[in-house]
Amino acid sequence: MERHDVIVVGGGLAGLRAAVEAKLRGADVAVVSLLYPMRSHSVAAQGGINAALGNADPSDSVERHAFDTIKGADYLADQDAVLEYCQDAIERVLELDRWGVPFSRFEDGRIAQRPFGGAGFPRTCYAADKTGHAVMHTVFQQALRLGVAFYNERAVLRLARDEDGVRGLVAMNLQTGELEAYEAKAVIMATGGAGRIYARTTNSHQSTGFGMALAYWVGAPLEDMEFVQFHPTTLYGTNILISEAARGEGGILLNAKGERFMERYAPEKMELAPRDIVARAIWTEVLEGRGFENEYVHLVISHLGADLIMERLPQIWELALKFAGVDARKEPIPVQPGQHYTMGGIETDKHGRARIKGLYAAGECACVSVHGANRLGGNSLLECVVFGARAGASAAEDVQRRGFDGKEAVERALEEVEGRIKVLLERGREEGHSNPYRIRRDMQQAMWEYVGIFRDEEGLRKGVETIRRLRKEYRESAGVPAPPGPFNQGLLDALIIEGMLDVALVVAEGALRRTESRGGHYRTDYPKRDDEKWLKHTLAFYTPEGPEFDYKPVVITRWQPTERKY
Amino acid sequence: MPGRVREGETVRFTVFRFDPKSDKVPYYLEYEVPYRKGMTVLDGLLYILQELDPTLAFRYSCRAKICGSCAMMINGVQRLACETQVADLGRRVKVEPLAHFRVLKDLVVDIEPFLRQMEAVMPYLYPKEDVREPRVSPKEFEKYKSPSDCIWCGACVSACPVAATDPLFLGPAALTQLYRFAVDSRERDDVKPLRLLVADSEGSGVWRCHQVYACAEVCPKHIRPGSLIAELKRMTLKARLTGRI
Repeated sequence: MERHDVIVVGGGLAGLRAAVEAKLRGADVAVVSLLYPMRSHSVAAQGGINAALGNADPSDSVERHAFDTIKGADYLADQDAVLEYCQDAIERVLELDRWGVPFSRFEDGRIAQRPFGGAGFPRTCYAADKTGHAVMHTVFQQALRLGVAFYNERAVLRLARDEDGVRGLVAMNLQTGELEAYEAKAVIMATGGAGRIYARTTNSHQSTGFGMALAYWVGAPLEDMEFVQFHPTTLYGTNILISEAARGEGGILLNAKGERFMERYAPEKMELAPRDIVARAIWTEVLEGRGFENEYVHLVISHLGADLIMERLPQIWELALKFAGVDARKEPIPVQPGQHYTMGGIETDKHGRARIKGLYAAGECACVSVHGANRLGGNSLLECVVFGARAGASAAEDVQRRGFDGKEAVERALEEVEGRIKVLLERGREEGHSNPYRIRRDMQQAMWEYVGIFRDEEGLRKGVETIRRLRKEYRESAGVPAPPGPFNQGLLDALIIEGMLDVALVVAEGALRRTESRGGHYRTDYPKRDDEKWLKHTLAFYTPEGPEFDYKPVVITRWQPTERKY
Repeated sequence: MPGRVREGETVRFTVFRFDPKSDKVPYYLEYEVPYRKGMTVLDGLLYILQELDPTLAFRYSCRAKICGSCAMMINGVQRLACETQVADLGRRVKVEPLAHFRVLKDLVVDIEPFLRQMEAVMPYLYPKEDVREPRVSPKEFEKYKSPSDCIWCGACVSACPVAATDPLFLGPAALTQLYRFAVDSRERDDVKPLRLLVADSEGSGVWRCHQVYACAEVCPKHIRPGSLIAELKRMTLKARLTGRI
């Protein structure tokens, strides 16, 4: 059994920042990661990271950043947390600069900032259009410098919990195929988003939401899971992200009739309205027959000039060329909305603590909530460093008052996992077992079709029924015809799919219950926001039969909810 | 010219298989994969995994050439499976693990020795303690811009003829990182000579590079490690001549 004061699950940006913080504060910290850390999906963030540095416009301020975030969130964000988040932003970003992030620069040598969706000022610091890669590698490098311990290619399969909270975890070492037990005084979840529960997503193959399921299974509620962000511009065909920076730098959207249709949806902000609004606009154009091939619209950046494109948008230029065969210096990029970000997640306070002792969360898998019903571009890398650092600090502090004593809980968790694996492998040897990949595909299709950009009661009911049916099928007949051993992707995916189904059900049922439209959750049968009934956070608690729901108030301090116009 | 492939036709994937636990020698299996427009080599491997053979082992994640997981030999060349279009290869695709790396299973290789190479050059910046808000001129930024793009995929190391035969050589990826930090003014000044000493080390440093530029040929991020190593040679020599190291 391995033992560490603090174990961080996940080697992406939030997890690495948490580990660095805990290490700097003297804790014994280890990262247990499904991938080698530099493979984590934070590297795919493109456009930038927000902080009111005022380098582009000195009249920007922390308060303006907070207001933009809250308005962008359609007033579902907790305002006390948002203000602290925007305050921390400045120091966290300057610290990244000191650590070596290759930020793009203004002539005076300060970090360059660009305009982004839903922001009143050019506030987004960037490293060309590869900001996630730049920031995450830098924090990974600092973690190496500080001597953080890494257990790589370990898939965490269960958290160990007893009456005193979370005590450790069980992981599969992919390199050996063996199960390993870990004891910890604090476990920080930093496992990223749940994009892969949808058929069309910008997220990596490993962004399954399984970490959320792990916390949910041991009793931590998932908050606001029905709020899913669909990014307006993903590459048609592969749904690879085409950064909002393309529009921040001046790119425009055109439908098949050559109209700059955003005029009709957000006359003031146009293409730089928040993502939920632009995504709905694009999808409306397509559904009403003004798209191309009933699938996509055009993102045009050619007028920006080849020099600017190659300096500030080189990655999306190359992605469009490689994956869509389009030279964006001369031709429009075919784009359509796709799932991009999970606003909801493991409920935490503004210091990264979950409701269960010993459990913490940060980054996309967590819900503080600072993004409310819709996250602004440039705020997710920021969330990883701000709340990663906060969770790391909280854990480092709390472990001083906690012992290990988790042996029994960990052994119980180990037995549970062994049981699950045995069932999957035994069934895999039987004829007629269900292929977990087929179950996953059906789930992804149902989520896209029924719990997507536009929702209504009839569709959501179908979505819920489909997920419940697939869950039943999984429990009764899913099997894996692959012998145990190293790098058994089939077995691992089968284990993960169980968690994906549970997370998908929380999203679908939460969306069915919420009879209003707010941010990323749009109900065609309830097209208005309903603050009287629904200015509250959704909480989903695990039961074997399905989620049980509760609600809690939104923290409103100085910004009263008003209608959101752009 | 690669043979034309059309939607609905099948592509033959010849895949290297090896499980050190049960196999004495590696072997190849062939799979028929239906082609669809835009299919990448990674898409083909995922089809095999999900529909034909759940025992196939390979690494993958972002599918957008930024995580560096899926570097492998594709028709004999180091490439990322996720960005390689099957249409560019024709109807036969041969997939093998990254050359000169130890195979753990099938297409999965042991990258630990590669990580040790990277760690040996201290691939991290030692921050200055007394500067709150660093300034970097756009011109200086240009120096470390390209090498900062490295995704640690290992393709260059696999392609390098020196690294292939000399386990002591730091290799193109690590030396690229060494260069990247050596030219960054945000780092503590007292660390710089140490970096050049590492570059200068006789058995493993820049002088072992024969400037073959195989690294640059295969880098999916268009970095030219060979050129950066040549620049490191100049920097090292100058530091030696001026008594800085």
